Parts: sequence; structure tokens; C-alpha cells
Amino acid sequence: MLKISLDKLGKLFEAISASQTLYIPTDREDGAAEYKKYESGMKLSNNLNTLRSAKDFFFPQTENLVDFKMEGKNIEVIDVREESEDFVIFGVRACDARSFTILDKVFLADPVDSYYKNRRDHGTVVTMACTRPAETCFCGTFGIDAAAPEGDAACYSDGESLFIEAHNEKGQKFIDSVASLLEEGDAAKLDEVREKTRDILKKLPLANLTTDNFGGDKLNEYFNSDKWGELSQSCLGCGTCTFVCPTCQCYDIKDFNTGHGIKRFRCWDSCMYSDFTKMAHGNPRLTQLERFRQRFMHKLVYFPANNNGEFGCVGCGRCLSKCPISMNIVKVMKALEVK
Amino acid sequence: MQEAMINRAKQLLADGSVDRVIGWKRGEFVYDITPAVFTSAEELDADFVYDDFTAANVSKYLVKESKKEGKILAFLKPCDTYSFNQLIKEHRIVRENIYVIGIPGGPKLDAERIKANGITGILGAKNDNGTLIIDTVYGEEKMPYYEALSVKCLNCKSKKHVVYDELIGEDGDILDSNRFDMVEKLENMTAQERYDFWREQLSKCIRCNACRNVCPACTCEKCVFDNPDSGVENKAATDSFEENMFHIIRAFHVAGRCTDCGECSRVCPQNIPLHLLNRKFIKDINSLYGDYQAGEDTTSRAPLNDYKQDDCEASIVHERGVE
Amino acid sequence: MQVNDNKEFQPLIVAFCCNWCSYAGADLSGTNRLNYPTNVKIIRVPCSCRVNPMFILRAFQRGADGVILCGCHPGDCHYTSGNYFTRRRMTLLFSMLDFLGIERDRTRVEWVSAAEGAKFAATMNEFTEAVRKLGPNRRLEDLRCRKQ
Repeated sequence: MLKISLDKLGKLFEAISASQTLYIPTDREDGAAEYKKYESGMKLSNNLNTLRSAKDFFFPQTENLVDFKMEGKNIEVIDVREESEDFVIFGVRACDARSFTILDKVFLADPVDSYYKNRRDHGTVVTMACTRPAETCFCGTFGIDAAAPEGDAACYSDGESLFIEAHNEKGQKFIDSVASLLEEGDAAKLDEVREKTRDILKKLPLANLTTDNFGGDKLNEYFNSDKWGELSQSCLGCGTCTFVCPTCQCYDIKDFNTGHGIKRFRCWDSCMYSDFTKMAHGNPRLTQLERFRQRFMHKLVYFPANNNGEFGCVGCGRCLSKCPISMNIVKVMKALEVK
Repeated sequence: MQEAMINRAKQLLADGSVDRVIGWKRGEFVYDITPAVFTSAEELDADFVYDDFTAANVSKYLVKESKKEGKILAFLKPCDTYSFNQLIKEHRIVRENIYVIGIPGGPKLDAERIKANGITGILGAKNDNGTLIIDTVYGEEKMPYYEALSVKCLNCKSKKHVVYDELIGEDGDILDSNRFDMVEKLENMTAQERYDFWREQLSKCIRCNACRNVCPACTCEKCVFDNPDSGVENKAATDSFEENMFHIIRAFHVAGRCTDCGECSRVCPQNIPLHLLNRKFIKDINSLYGDYQAGEDTTSRAPLNDYKQDDCEASIVHERGVE
Repeated sequence: MQVNDNKEFQPLIVAFCCNWCSYAGADLSGTNRLNYPTNVKIIRVPCSCRVNPMFILRAFQRGADGVILCGCHPGDCHYTSGNYFTRRRMTLLFSMLDFLGIERDRTRVEWVSAAEGAKFAATMNEFTEAVRKLGPNRRLEDLRCRKQ
């Protein structure tokens, strides 16, 4: 496997950013990590994961779809789409890497979302294996191996060097572009590192959580469960869980009147909001209980029903740390589960 | 403390004085505690928790809970009692349906602040004379206790309960909190520096509305920012202007009513110091219209519902401070 | 109005004027043939206290470079006390805008009675000049509304 010494990481970043835009997770002043466009001297974060997920790169919180210009009775339609530049997201964790597979199922299924596809085609995902998972991690529940992440190319660290391995053509192209900095290395020690990580993963508090009793065929068991009232009673109806989630993909399309034209844009929406999926007749989910149920039923039942059993969660644990009232998918699964 | 609270709650449930209890429910980890309503002694024994991580202010839940049938027991920390009083003043809760037990407050810990110190895999935390000893998946870790405190507890304004039916523990005093220090520091910066500071902070906003939804002063049935007919409704800030507008208008709408409970900053997933906006209003109100603490009583006129003929003119803003 | 790049910056000023005093004051300055800049766009409101802080922000969003609010003199409000409330609200709002780093000379409150046509014209001249000096509003601008 090809490798680069960890103290030469800066050189690697320089080399990548010379030819395309590079994003790396870096520490903010408040201690949280976020993806930033690489600039000379920027340090890779030691945090396990970024506060906001990596989905922003392919599915940003807001994006312009089309502009309209009005002159007299004429309406000019302006296509604002531009071909995206090539970019690399470095240091994506296994959970976020899997989330792209889930988003692909939504946006690349027929009819293909050209805005999403444009960015997906131009983005290279370089993942990083985890070595210090947190107590909130439960990616194993969804069959994700944090020690061997997916992505176009994956990186593994043994504490001294960073090993890079391509998973597909795009990843190979990425490695070739920085090949002059890499050298052949002995990956023997990596197995040891991986085993160690897997041992930790087994010992985490949520290691025993399984999806065995959830899935597309469980609608009747859970939809009318009497647990929803208790689970949702303290939900604030904010959108924190949805907005930090790497797999939440609901959006709204709105028009903004600029005073001299219209900008049509789309933005993330949250099923927790009272005006989610509002239609001419009003809103189909009138209470917070129904909205709360929608979120978890979507992830645990509806999504697998439509996507060959794939769940709409990757166990990244962001909602576990960020929910203002600490209500989350793990608590819901445990309370709801009928064996 | 937790023991005494559970016992008293069980007593009150048993003798029929109350039908429900609002408090905090244990989670998966030591810190992920959820506000919850309990209806039986068994539930209380199993899940009721009150410890260093129970920071949530439950008074806003009483807007809904107090309108249900029967009586509810609410455990309120000193800061929560101010929010509670303010809600009574605004006729948002039915006082007769609530039995308030005042309990000693914080300081409370915030797991996010522990994680910000690079500590991960948190299983437990204990204060040992100013050092927080944290039990983690990776062994024992230590950090200064002060650095792990929730932002809302850093400048505690009062240990006094302004309303209660009974107390567990002793009542405290109003504190000299230095809570306006940071506001003052910002006021002494140049306009450009202040602008840069707020742009950096507010550009982090993801418009999750957690600050608004948790705020005990934000109890409008339909928020103007959720109303498609208002012309300003938006689910995401698509321009820096909208980030500014949302937070200015939200802070303005609670000006004179905000008790400075600090929930907005506690819940902000992006760690934006939103309480500084509220404190700016409180500081201005105190200095221009006389000291006023929202929630201290249920009868006084709120500063923005009041006036004096010799109030200062708006031009005072131009006359003071640095440019 | 002609816009010429060679000429000095022409700010857009929004003036909220109360129906009973300031709007009549503006009228009087017109009938007296007093000059005030065409940069000023007047929005008539029933009372100065009708002005919600959102109005001020929306004016800035839609391209205003300065916003001035005019009402009856304190004590003269047609509705007895409306302008007293306005005074507190605007003081706090302007202070908050200042706190966020928005130039404080972009906002103003002025009391103009129906008899003060001259004061209205003088105020508008002065305010327009002050905003002109500041240049275009950038800190409280919505980029989507900027005309290319």
C-alpha cells in the first residue's frame, strides 16, 4: 500500500490543493470541527467527526435553482447551473461515506437530480478510518466498519504514516495525482490498528443495538405504537437533528422576490417543522407527535421499504450529541422495539 | 437531592395532591437527559434523575402541561422560576394547576464543553475539588471543572427562587454576576470589529430554530418566521442578511421579557453566544430605563410596554460609546 | 432620476412618516417649495409606533442605505402615547444594530410636527448627506436584492 509520513501531511494537502479545491476537517475556535477549504498551514482536526456532516458538499443547505426576470409581460428564465469544479473532501469518516450511498439512492434515482449529480461527479471522497470512536457511535448497527471506510479512496493511519488505498477509478486518479509524494509502505501494522479499533467498537455502550426488528415490513408494528406520545412529549420541534444528520434529504423549494426578479431556490427542510410538506389544504401532520413519528418511521421503516432494506441512518451519533433535549433515534429504537 | 425529590414527588402523587410530575429522565449516557412527565412512583424510581447534567429549563413545557386536566408538580431551579413567573405574567400558564417545588440549581455541566476539550467516549463525570474527573472508554481523563460548565451557568445571576410552593434545600441570594462583561467588551470595540465578530458567529447559524423553540419567552402560537404569509418566513438563511434579521428580531421580540435563563446558548448546536444579544437589550434597558429583571415579579410593567415622558431620545445611541 | 457613474453616490433613503404630523410636515415643505433630496422615499404610517423593527430591516434588505423614522413630537401623538413607545423601541433597536456593527448614522428618529415643513426639509437634507458620506449599505444588505 502507498503511504506518506504523517508529518508530511501538509505537503500532501498543498499538492492536492494545487490542482483542485480541497476541503479538510479543521478545528474551530470553540473546539468543534468543520470542513473548510484548505489554505496553507491549515491543520487537520483531531476530532472524530465534524459538527455538520459532509452531505453539505453534494446537497448544500440552500442552492439557487433558477432565476426569473420580469420585463413588462415577458418572463425570462435564467438557468443558473454551472459545471462544478473538481474538488476533494479529505478525512470523511466511514459513517458519512455511507451516507452518500443513501443520498445517491434518493437523488440519482430516476429522475436524476442534475444539481446533485453535477457535484457528485466532480467530488472525490477520501475517507479516513476511525481509531478513537466515541460513546455516541453506532455505525456498526448499520453494518458499517469504522476501521475500513468506503469512499473513492480510503486512508488509514498507524500513528506514523498515512496509508492510502483506492477503491475505484476516481480514487486511483486521485492517488496518481499525488503519487510523487507517496512511497510504497508495509501495511502489516495496519491490521493490528484495525483490530484494536474493532475491539473498542465492541465495547462501546451502543454496540449491541441492532436493526433486526426494524425494516420495511414493520409498518403495522410501529406506526400505531403507544410509545410515540411519551417519546415525542418533550420534542421542541426544532430542526437540529435533521440539519446535522448526514442522511436527511428532505428539502423545500421556494421563491424569493428580489424586487426586480424572482430567485427560485431550494433549502433543507425538517419534518419537525410545523410547515413541513404544507400543501394547499394545509399540513398533513398537525401534531408534534406525528411529525416526530415521521422522522423515525422514515429512517427505520419507509426508507428500507423503498430501498431494498437499506436504513436511513448511518449511526454517526450527531443527533445524540446535539439534540437540545437529548431525544434521539437510539432511544426511539430501544423504546419502540418489539421482539 | 435526587432522592429527596423522588420521595417528595411520590408522596404528593400518593396523597393525590398532584397527578403528574415534570422533571428529567435518565438517558443512554451520563449526560443525555430528557425533560419528561412522570405519572407513577415506579416511573420515578426507574428514570427520574437530577444531577450535574440536568440543565434543561422545564418551565416552558408548563404552557401545555398546565392546560391539561389535573395538577402537575414542577421542580424548578432558581433560574427556571424567573421564566415561570414571566409566563404567569403573560398569562401563558395556569398557575392553579401547578405545584412548584424550588430546588437548588447549578452550576450544571455541558458534555459538549467536555468534548470540546478533546475528551471522547464519556461514560461518567465527577467533580473533585475543581477538577472534573471523567471516566471514558479510553480510561480516566481530567479537566478543570470550570471549563466544563454550561454557558448558561457561567454568569449565574441568582440563586434565589422568585416563586415556589415549597422548597427542597435552602433558598439563595441574587448574585453579583458580571454577566454584562462580554457585552461591555464588545461595546468597546470598533464597529468594524463588532461587525466581524457577529458575522463570524451568526454565519454559523443553521436555522434549526432550537434557540427559539427552547426559549420560555418565545411562546407565540405561530412565529412570524414560520408563517408563509409574513413575507419573511424561511427555512434556511439564504443570505447573511437573513441570519442577522432572524436573530435581531428574535432578540427584540423577547427584549424586556427575557429573563436571561441562557437556554438559547445552551442548546445552540453551533455554539453561537446568542445570550449576548439578549444581554445587550437587558443592559440597555437597565441603563436607560432603570434596573429591570424580567420574571422577578408578576405585576410590574415590562419596559417596552411602558414609557416615561422624559425618556432619552434615540439619538443617545449616536452620542455614546466608540464608533 | 438619472444615474451617472461619474456623479457622487446617490443613497436610497426610506422615511417612515406618521400620518398626523410628519407626513403633513412633508406636505408643508412641498407647498412652501422647500427643497429636499429626491433620494428620500416616504412611506406613510398611521402612527410612528406602527413601525415594527422588521420594517426597518426590510427597508435595508430591499436596498435602502438609510432609514429615518418621523413622528409627532413627544406629548403631541394623535393617539396620546404612540410615539413614546416608538422612542423606546427605536432606541433599543438602533442600539442593537450598533452592537452588531451596523453604522449608526444609517438610522435616525426625528420628531417633525405638521407645522415644521422647514425642519422636515432640513432633516432630510442633513440625513441624506450623512448617509451619502457612509456610502452604500453593505453590512445590512441582502445580496440577492442588489441590482446588477
